[in-house]
Amino acid sequence: MPAVAETLETVRDVTQGAYKWGFETAIEQEVIPKGLDEDVVRLISAKKGEPEWLLEWRLRAFRAWQTMAEPTWAAVKYPPIDYQDAHYYAAPKAKADGPKSLAEVDPELLRTYEKLGIPLKEQERLAGVAVDAVFDSVSVATTFKDKLAEVGVIFCSFSEAVREHPELVRRWLGTVVPYGDNFFAALNSAVFSDGSFVYIPKGVRCPMELSTYFRINARNTGQFERTLIVAEEGAYVSYLEGCTAPMRDENQLHAAVVELIALDEATIKYSTVQNWYPGDAEGRGGIYNFVTKRGACRGRNSKISWTQVETGSAITWKYPSCILQGEGAVGEFYSVAITNNFQQADTGTKMIHIGPNTRSTIVSKGISAGHGQNTYRGLVRIMPRARNARNFTQCDSLLIGNQCGAHTVPYIESRNPTAKVEHEATTSRIAEDQLFYCRSRGLTEEEAVGLIVNGFAREVLKELPMEFAVEAQKLLAISLEGSVG
Amino acid sequence: MLKIEGLSASVEGKAVLKGIDLEVPAGEVHAIMGPNGSGKSTLGYVLAGREGYEVTGGSVTFRGEDLLAKEPEERAVAGLFLAFQYPVELPGVGNANFLRQALNSLRRARGEPEVDAMQFLKLVRAKVKALGMSDEMLKRYVNVGFSGGEKKRNEILQMAVLEPAFCILDETDSGLDIDALRIVADGVNALRSPERGMLVITHYQRLLDYIVPDRVHVLLDGRIVRSGGAELALELEEKGYGELQDAA
Repeated sequence: MPAVAETLETVRDVTQGAYKWGFETAIEQEVIPKGLDEDVVRLISAKKGEPEWLLEWRLRAFRAWQTMAEPTWAAVKYPPIDYQDAHYYAAPKAKADGPKSLAEVDPELLRTYEKLGIPLKEQERLAGVAVDAVFDSVSVATTFKDKLAEVGVIFCSFSEAVREHPELVRRWLGTVVPYGDNFFAALNSAVFSDGSFVYIPKGVRCPMELSTYFRINARNTGQFERTLIVAEEGAYVSYLEGCTAPMRDENQLHAAVVELIALDEATIKYSTVQNWYPGDAEGRGGIYNFVTKRGACRGRNSKISWTQVETGSAITWKYPSCILQGEGAVGEFYSVAITNNFQQADTGTKMIHIGPNTRSTIVSKGISAGHGQNTYRGLVRIMPRARNARNFTQCDSLLIGNQCGAHTVPYIESRNPTAKVEHEATTSRIAEDQLFYCRSRGLTEEEAVGLIVNGFAREVLKELPMEFAVEAQKLLAISLEGSVG
Repeated sequence: MLKIEGLSASVEGKAVLKGIDLEVPAGEVHAIMGPNGSGKSTLGYVLAGREGYEVTGGSVTFRGEDLLAKEPEERAVAGLFLAFQYPVELPGVGNANFLRQALNSLRRARGEPEVDAMQFLKLVRAKVKALGMSDEMLKRYVNVGFSGGEKKRNEILQMAVLEPAFCILDETDSGLDIDALRIVADGVNALRSPERGMLVITHYQRLLDYIVPDRVHVLLDGRIVRSGGAELALELEEKGYGELQDAA
């Protein structure tokens, strides 16, 4: 995505060092009053014109959520969240049932996405990448829909999927992450407002990268989006998501749910470049990112691959996981997580081996700088039927400075004696001689750190689609600006 | 081109260089010889600006500018290059990518246009070929898993690509067999030019059979105790440093 890279570079040149995506868009918003109760859930559902079954599902989720407690086991610290002190729905004011085409989208919104390097307008469309843009709670535009429809691929906002393909949504929604799965998933299930929906029919290889770009803009508003991707037998899809938010002193909650389903011989590749506002150098503000991502490899030889580059958020609580049910299913998790200043990340994965001959690979690269705290938390579970299951885990931590922390918490549970599970872990520092070597060749200290960190993260970055890899590399360097010297 | 006057420096509070005077004009190759611990490598690091090497006195003027006031990367921009005795490994950083970034950083700082990936590839392949190396070296991570000889050759490749005005070679001969030594020396000799100065730091005379210096200086206990022509190296080879040490 050269346009993105170019924009990042330009913005970087102008502002040097601070968060580059922290602007706010002045746009007329429709916001419902603060607070959360059953009426709010009904209101959201009514605003979206949802069918009765979906409202019922939301209400069940809300009731479950009320009985649940916020999880406390993660190695992150934050003051208690007052769930009544936030708005649960914000949307750019628009025509009654949303824009029918880009021509109807508020030009201010289009400018926002342009500023972020995501041109949505026809003439600026990126070749080969279809984009769904979610602004606060609502999808504002999806590009390339017609071209995708020719091969039977459905790529649209979640709301549209509920309207146009209710049978598909009803069949798959909540089948991987049930509404009562955990505190944040239950909250999301009750109040989610939009997100992306992808359906790849049997035997179809999706002809282009699909991408969703999430933007939080409204103040005091939680963002709760939901993504559902279904790959039928023999299908293939590569999906990317990116996220940014304005700089604010208060914390904002983001609790998303992503569900992936891969049937026989299907492959889903899911890549994330997460760059929510991380808070300032003193730890004020930033997004609380509490996300449940899970994929089910239901079919034989199905494959789900998660790649994430996590540079943003004040707090990251996120464990993209794979349930390996089908015989020979493959799960992969490649992660780079950076914590600088006062950021905290507790992230990792769960690989649940249920079927025989299932395989999983975990490569986690944690980079801590400033006062950042970075925890890898991973579970590899081999169930009794999973004979000849294989897992390989590699966890590497890189420390910059002496006030940060890196922690590795691997859980391994094997209930089948034929399983083979490997775990490797390293911790290292950027050595003074590496920095000097680079600088003596003409690189500045920050360029040198960027280069060394990108080298450290190479194994993960190479899993990203090429256009995103370039963006991610720059992001890693920018996130660490000011971390040395 | 490079003028060192009364240079003193200490490492971890211990005086290592004790008043060095040395001038290398453009177009000349000077050799610094001396036994272990005489301060040879320290001189190289001080000139390149390594942290932890504290200058306690004297001055260094490089192309008319105060070298010691500059950051390491600014010294590179000014045209100084240190070929390391122990080149550093950069895991995950592709050799070609590293070289291109270095070249473009220098060019940016000098207000010159950057070279794009295609131009660079053409340039670097020509240099690789001229040095009798293989393209495969460009694809590997910087110095990772390189043999001693490969590391040294990689330093010479960097030198050939970055085309510095002044090269300091710190014990470039150490750990090389005779064939590797010849390849490295050929690379260095190809870079000799009337515009370029060189300082060759070495323990043994052997390297100077291949890179014939204009001047030889003997460093002992942080001071230059003798200077002479290329024949001084041969004399040292014969007599060793012992006699000089006694004299000093």
